Amino acid sequence: MAAIYSLYIINKSGGLIFYKDYGSAGRMDTNDSLRMASLWHSMHAISQQLSPISGCSGIELLQADTFDLHCFQSLTGTKFFVVCEPGTLHMEGLLKHIYELYTDYVLKNPFYEMEMPIRCELFDINLSQAIQKDRVALLGR
Amino acid sequence: MQFFGSSDISPSPTVPTASGNNAHMMYVFNRNGVCLLYREWNRPLRTLDAQQDQKLMFGLLFSLKSLTAKMDPTTAEKGNLGVPQLPGQGCSFHSFRTNTYKLSFMETPSGIKLILVTHPRTGDLREPLKYIYNLYVEYVAKNPLYTPGTPIRCELFNTSLDQYVRSIA
Repeated sequence: MAAIYSLYIINKSGGLIFYKDYGSAGRMDTNDSLRMASLWHSMHAISQQLSPISGCSGIELLQADTFDLHCFQSLTGTKFFVVCEPGTLHMEGLLKHIYELYTDYVLKNPFYEMEMPIRCELFDINLSQAIQKDRVALLGR
Repeated sequence: MQFFGSSDISPSPTVPTASGNNAHMMYVFNRNGVCLLYREWNRPLRTLDAQQDQKLMFGLLFSLKSLTAKMDPTTAEKGNLGVPQLPGQGCSFHSFRTNTYKLSFMETPSGIKLILVTHPRTGDLREPLKYIYNLYVEYVAKNPLYTPGTPIRCELFNTSLDQYVRSIA
């Protein structure tokens, strides 16, 4: 059973720039994943408006009946979110690690155009390693 | 903004104390999106007027529900994004957390939505929400003078709600 179901990266204007599925039932098609990304982008923004205290930076964790959604927003507005099993731990760490991989292998890639879909082989390789490592750590517990 | 573990930049809200004043507000909506009750205990920031705020809250919950129903990774047949669903149908959610607040949500089979906004570090509030729903049934639904679909004006409900929320939060 997969601990992580899927990973999304959305740019600062709500466009999906990376989506990877790790074995959820009924894989989402391209149009649906784009819609989900922009829907999440707006929900994230609305949650900031409804805060009773100033300084809100949007939803960090959404707990649904069958999954948890952890979201991390970088200072530049790029959002990373993983869908995982309920109660999966250490997802903040994983998201920050994915952010590091993104800065190293995507942003430093001279052929990458900002805000465009990510097509970098090195990023893919390192990402799957990171996810794999996370799974191994989970099995070891 | 929370960044790399250091919370120095973000204004971290005060840690809940024993006096228990960490519930911010509570909303009750019916299935048509009419706000039956809005109660506020501690809300320093107000960005919108009351009606707009309630509409935005209902819209957020509605859209988040269709998002979770579509995203549900355990079932293959989910239908299209945004198809209307009956209460209890499809994958819903019970809470979300930001750096400044936690919102707990419960929907009853009749479509009543109970929303409690608390300090981000409060635990699971599913049972307390069920208890609040019981209060609603006892003091509002069973009140012969109450017309369904109108704002709740039951003093007994309000006082017992205040008392209960103070005890949990």
